[in-house]
Amino acid sequence: MSGKTLYDKLWEDHVVYTEDDGSSLIYIDRHLVHEVTSPQAFEGLRLAGRKPWRPSRNLAVADHNVPTTDRDKGIADPVARLQVDTLDKNCIEFGITEFTMADARQGIVHVIGPEQGATLPGMTVVCGDSHTSTHGASGALAFGIGTSEVEHVLATQCLIQKKAKNLLIHLNGQTRSGVTAKDIVLAIIGKIGTAGGNGYTIEFVGEAIRALSMEGRMTVCNMAIEAGARAGLIAVDEVTIDYYRNRPYSPKGSDWFMAERLWQRLHSDDNAVFDKVIGIDATAIKPQVTWGTSPELVVAVDETIPDPEAESDLTKRQGMVRALEYMGLKAGQAITDIAVDKVFIGSCTNSRIEDLRAAAQVAKGKKIAGNIKLALVVPGSGLVKEQAESEGLDKVFREAGFEWREPGCSMCLAMNADRLEEGERCASTSNRNFEGRQGYGGRTHLVSPAMAAAAAIAGHFVDVTAINLT
Amino acid sequence: MQAFTLLTSLVAPLDRANVDTDAIIPKQFLKSIKRAGFGPYLFDEWRYLDRGEPDMDCTHRLLNKDFVLNKPQYKGSEILLTRENFGCGSSREHAPWALADFGFRAIIAPSFADIFYNNCFKNGLLPIPLATEVVDSLFNELTEGYTLTVDLNTQKIITPNNREISFDVDENRKYRLLNGLDDIGLSLQHTDKIRGYEAERAKRAPWLFVDY
Ligand code: SF4
Repeated sequence: MSGKTLYDKLWEDHVVYTEDDGSSLIYIDRHLVHEVTSPQAFEGLRLAGRKPWRPSRNLAVADHNVPTTDRDKGIADPVARLQVDTLDKNCIEFGITEFTMADARQGIVHVIGPEQGATLPGMTVVCGDSHTSTHGASGALAFGIGTSEVEHVLATQCLIQKKAKNLLIHLNGQTRSGVTAKDIVLAIIGKIGTAGGNGYTIEFVGEAIRALSMEGRMTVCNMAIEAGARAGLIAVDEVTIDYYRNRPYSPKGSDWFMAERLWQRLHSDDNAVFDKVIGIDATAIKPQVTWGTSPELVVAVDETIPDPEAESDLTKRQGMVRALEYMGLKAGQAITDIAVDKVFIGSCTNSRIEDLRAAAQVAKGKKIAGNIKLALVVPGSGLVKEQAESEGLDKVFREAGFEWREPGCSMCLAMNADRLEEGERCASTSNRNFEGRQGYGGRTHLVSPAMAAAAAIAGHFVDVTAINLT
Repeated sequence: MQAFTLLTSLVAPLDRANVDTDAIIPKQFLKSIKRAGFGPYLFDEWRYLDRGEPDMDCTHRLLNKDFVLNKPQYKGSEILLTRENFGCGSSREHAPWALADFGFRAIIAPSFADIFYNNCFKNGLLPIPLATEVVDSLFNELTEGYTLTVDLNTQKIITPNNREISFDVDENRKYRLLNGLDDIGLSLQHTDKIRGYEAERAKRAPWLFVDY
């Protein structure tokens, strides 16, 4: 008999029952809630006279709409304010814990979950947000859901789901020094495409993955959705277990030892069968920069922008032409010749302490280039911010000319005041470079935190691994 | 969710094809934090002569007298008769929310956009696709006071002159509508199984059932 994949194990662990047509009711261990996709779900509960099934399994935070400056003045935009106020009220009414804007633990929902130990190995984790895949880094089955499903989870602590297929992505060998988790995942998406993971849950394995910190693993799983997979997974090892030791919501006392034992089995069996296996040479990965309006339009920093004429697939070719037009770029241009206007270091992809350290290391003792209109550093949570400040990273950034902000989604999706103006070009550590994502007409290049900081200093993209940092 | 079994009602004819979700509920209303209360803004740009904004009091707005839903003879209609590809455009669940909130229970058309069709069932609305000729015949015979009876159980529409028209609906969805079960209602029928699962899981992973 063949063994089980990590996904198979997590799935089986959570099936309440399965219908004849193969759809299953699966149990949800942790539901994360934010202000944008939850109001109608709470309203639905209220109209139907329902109560949350287990209020304590929900954790709420406002992140998408919150300002990153002048918090004490409240939220200026009335629509955003109403959404945040509504979340506060709903959480009080339904007895759900919320980290409000004034709470030091407030931050991006996908940063605070692991940070608090609220999302743990072996759990099912859902949130009305596609980047819920982030939490798969701990060996949890985590995926995004819609508003009707948010209500379903609130009311039943369950979801109706059909099982996805298993995709294994194997990173062969070790990455070279200076190459980060962001470069790994961008290189993967560049290879398999944004639809490559459609219908699958991706498990990432290999030496290069094992070598990543939990923060780096979260960056990889965060972007599984950008590869078309609703969920990404990384098996539990000592790195995982060490990370969760003593987190506020982590198991305590004898529960911890029991959990540790249970978590040790959260890996695919040696003889597990995957529906598809893709191998990637990790040793060949260089720092990545996207040049188009889809994360798959990506090259290494020392390359030039590809020529659409060389693309044989007509739909792809047209997509490339459109992307180049929107981005204001030309085939054959060297990536290092592209000048940027703004720099954004933040988002649920890259706003954890390790990301800020990597960016600060590049910025230390330097000044941002004269052509940079704005360089923002937005920590992922209040606790990341505190930690960074205790390490003096805020000073490093400020002295280099960066702005040091309050935690939230910020310029990742420009729902608050932080945004690109039409035609502005941004080196961004976020996860989506879609048209208009960071502001109407804005042009986004996805990069790692170190690469973003290096672009801020140089005023254009540079290979951060070629810079002497000491 | 409100159950749907037998409905006899006036019919409002909306003689347009490709009615998109932006026409059903314009995008400025998506900023709302509510699911209820979209009824007054249903077909906002067609129903009113001024521009609607969220939370606007619609009782004093300028009505477009020519729009079918503003005509007194169709007041209280719970059945909408319309043309092909109804509900095309975005996936917003606000479209069926607005139709249901306005008071519609059934929509008859030659065809529906896919996502909209699915969303209807989640919100107690019955979309009924009928052959184009049949829809044509209903439009032709519709006069003042025209009513139809929709019997979901037997999957039949009965016209005022007792013509019976059969329609198709997926068994699973029919069951949910007949019993007024949304997905949540249906899942809650398995309350015992969920509780059983929790009890068993609490033995394997007790920390998931402790609130630290
Ligand atoms: S940081 Fe960006 S991608 Fe992440 S949850 Fe916020 S808006 Fe979504």
